[in-house]
Amino acid sequence: MAARVRALETILTQKGLIDPAAIDAIVDTYETKVGPRNGAKVVARAWTDPGFAGWLAKDATAAIASLGFTGRQGEHMQATFNTDETHNLVVCTLCSCYPWSVLGLPPVWYKAPPYRSRAVIDPRGVLAEFGLNLPANKKIRVWDSTAELRYLVVPQRPAGTEGWSEERLADLVTRDSMIGTGFALDPGRGSVAA
Amino acid sequence: MSRSEAEGTSGVPTDLDAPVFAEPWQAQAFALTLALHERGLFSWSEWADALSAEVKKPDAATDGSDYYERWVAALESLLALKSVALTPEVDAVAAAWERAAYATPHGKPILLENDPLSP
Repeated sequence: MAARVRALETILTQKGLIDPAAIDAIVDTYETKVGPRNGAKVVARAWTDPGFAGWLAKDATAAIASLGFTGRQGEHMQATFNTDETHNLVVCTLCSCYPWSVLGLPPVWYKAPPYRSRAVIDPRGVLAEFGLNLPANKKIRVWDSTAELRYLVVPQRPAGTEGWSEERLADLVTRDSMIGTGFALDPGRGSVAA
Repeated sequence: MSRSEAEGTSGVPTDLDAPVFAEPWQAQAFALTLALHERGLFSWSEWADALSAEVKKPDAATDGSDYYERWVAALESLLALKSVALTPEVDAVAAAWERAAYATPHGKPILLENDPLSP
């Protein structure tokens, strides 16, 4: 497989379609610079700034771009807010569409067939496997991503975080909590540097 | 819910700290796709369709472990469709890279010129 990819790179370079230096720059960006911390900043801002939360709910693409995170594929973003009544879960049944600009690259399980098929058929069962046992009366909404529209789950702000700074709050926001397969960390037990 | 309690117990594994690319070629394939899209060679919907067609083939791994093999196959199919690189050409250059790798002494950078059959 390595030889095939090298072959593609050779052919595309010879045809002037790519610049090898630009390829290295993209790899570097996605390996080291883009990751779920971007999304955590978006969530923490929404938790502390009701105006931003409202903007995020209405036009997530613009609200997220205002923090400097823009998609490279021109995709639109939609934020889905968890509430006491509803839990949101994101999947891409088609392939692996994912909000790269805010979450980096998807975890292996997100791209795997079991999650892609079962998240739609049996979301409650899938969530239980992630350790999330939701009460029977809590509604689960499953959002199926596309090439044009990607979703970001805004988890509920944990209790006991009144008066916390945005930075400290962002440490409680995990990648999984923004896909919907987790909650934000409990401030009492999350073993993070505060 | 603490992080440790959120570990998956079966079926759907969690991998909070796993590297995003298992091998360098996966990162290269990923970056090639992004660069070509940014150049306007294909739309992201075209890409999603190509990738989707590959990952739902019946011989695809059920655990997604061949995801980047599928990615490369999708990229090749799209490049063939756009007449940018046809399969025989990719086969030939890939074979040249393999011969070059074989002919290169250990520890030296592999160069296409090291292919003993190169003109």
